[in-house]
Amino acid sequence: IVCLVMYLFAEFDDAANLLAANPDATTISIDEPVETPKNQHSRLKEPGREEDDELLGTDDSDKTELLAGQKKSAPFWTFEYYQTFFDVDTYQVLDRIKGSVFPVPGKNFVRLYIRSNPDLYGPFWICATLVFTIAVSGNLSNFFIHLGKPTYHYVPEFRKVSIAATTIYAYAWLVPLALWGFLMWRNSKVMNIVSYSFLEIVCVYGYSLFIYIPTAILWIIPQKVVRWVLVVFSLCLSGSVLVMTFWPAVRDDNRRVALATVGTILLLHALLALGCLAYFFDAPELDFLAPVIPAHNGTTVTTKSQ
Amino acid sequence: FPGLADVSISQDIPVEGEITVPVGSHSPDEDYSTLDEPVRDTIMRDLKAVGKKFVHVMYPRKSSTLLRDWDLWGPLVLCVSLALMLQGGSADSKDDGGPQFAEVFVIIWFGAVVITLNSKLLGGTISFFQSLCVLGYCVLPLTVAMLVCRLVLLAGAGTISFIIRLIVVMAMFGWSTLASTAFLADSQPPNRKALVVYPIFLFYFVISWMILTFTPQ
Repeated sequence: IVCLVMYLFAEFDDAANLLAANPDATTISIDEPVETPKNQHSRLKEPGREEDDELLGTDDSDKTELLAGQKKSAPFWTFEYYQTFFDVDTYQVLDRIKGSVFPVPGKNFVRLYIRSNPDLYGPFWICATLVFTIAVSGNLSNFFIHLGKPTYHYVPEFRKVSIAATTIYAYAWLVPLALWGFLMWRNSKVMNIVSYSFLEIVCVYGYSLFIYIPTAILWIIPQKVVRWVLVVFSLCLSGSVLVMTFWPAVRDDNRRVALATVGTILLLHALLALGCLAYFFDAPELDFLAPVIPAHNGTTVTTKSQ
Repeated sequence: FPGLADVSISQDIPVEGEITVPVGSHSPDEDYSTLDEPVRDTIMRDLKAVGKKFVHVMYPRKSSTLLRDWDLWGPLVLCVSLALMLQGGSADSKDDGGPQFAEVFVIIWFGAVVITLNSKLLGGTISFFQSLCVLGYCVLPLTVAMLVCRLVLLAGAGTISFIIRLIVVMAMFGWSTLASTAFLADSQPPNRKALVVYPIFLFYFVISWMILTFTPQ
């Protein structure tokens, strides 16, 4: 079995097809404190991955019943149980963020970076940063757009922070919950090769939202073209991370169900981006540079637009 | 016991001593003796402790006074005064105005609790209330900035006043973040320091943003 697993993992770097040949590597669930021995061996023999904390034999690899002191075995009412979700170092968080911004085709984000150590630090603080970034950028952008008008009085629009917080946290936690439930249900009907735990899905969603932080800052630029280009670009990047993560999980299902699932994931992601853009950022009425798209509402001609 | 048969206490070696243990001034249980002191002494002692902590925040050194004797009086006073100064802000209070009193309060306290939980979950060794105490006291520079902003706004609300306010708020924001980091950084595991410092940065950034965007009616 060990030889078989070694063979499998020697080809780990190849195309995504070979991910399917690797049966048990991501069958991880918080509720199961016992991992199969295959999983344990496979992680110890993996050559040169970025997240070589497992090779250093940190507590992350203690998942079989051969070793005492299993991770995540503390009862859920103790503080230690929740500490296991924050067992990440700075470089790991930075690696995961990098992986979500530069998706490598064929590489699965969960498999590559999360590697059965899902953390809640990333999702929580990326969402918090995104909430405040969107609120602040929206406020700034509205300020610059309405700057010259005599009737404009600046307001900090603090209400919008709570709305942004509700929306983004709901998206980052309820959608993974729904998706996880749906995948579990399909798993009971169709034997899927790849399945994810709830925390891994939350992790993927959380880290995939990171690209929206610089996007939101760049949305301050009051140009329709720039904003739409940014939307499409960030949607492609984070959408591809999500697609490459979830396609192996639904691939073996009914064709239509699989496509519908992935389509819904992308649709919700796009709705979030466009909804934020529409609600927090007023439409720019003037094109301050040479207009590529003529502004329909541009009634005021200023000397700035040449 | 055969070996002890010939051991005896001779009559001319007196055994003496005192049974009572003197209550020295270094005894930690001062509570027993503070019950009878005048109220003024009690209040002054607490005020002096709070004042000393304020001084420590303004000139941050790696001293452990803030950490050892935590108290939440200072943070409460700072939070209430900051929230009060942020009132009377722009526009109608019903929508799209500045933060309400309760919102400022909740942001500061809830934010401090979340940051403390975050640092404890990441493996920090600081206690819950010590961390709250440090984060609360380090709001002092920003409260000073708010005071300065209000005074500057009394003089006018033009571009120059905005630039002055921007510089003051940015400087105080840096001061707050550096002060709290100086106190808190040592209790964190070394390879996770950045993970702990970043939420503190975000916290003070949000407070600074609220201060900077304050526009009087």
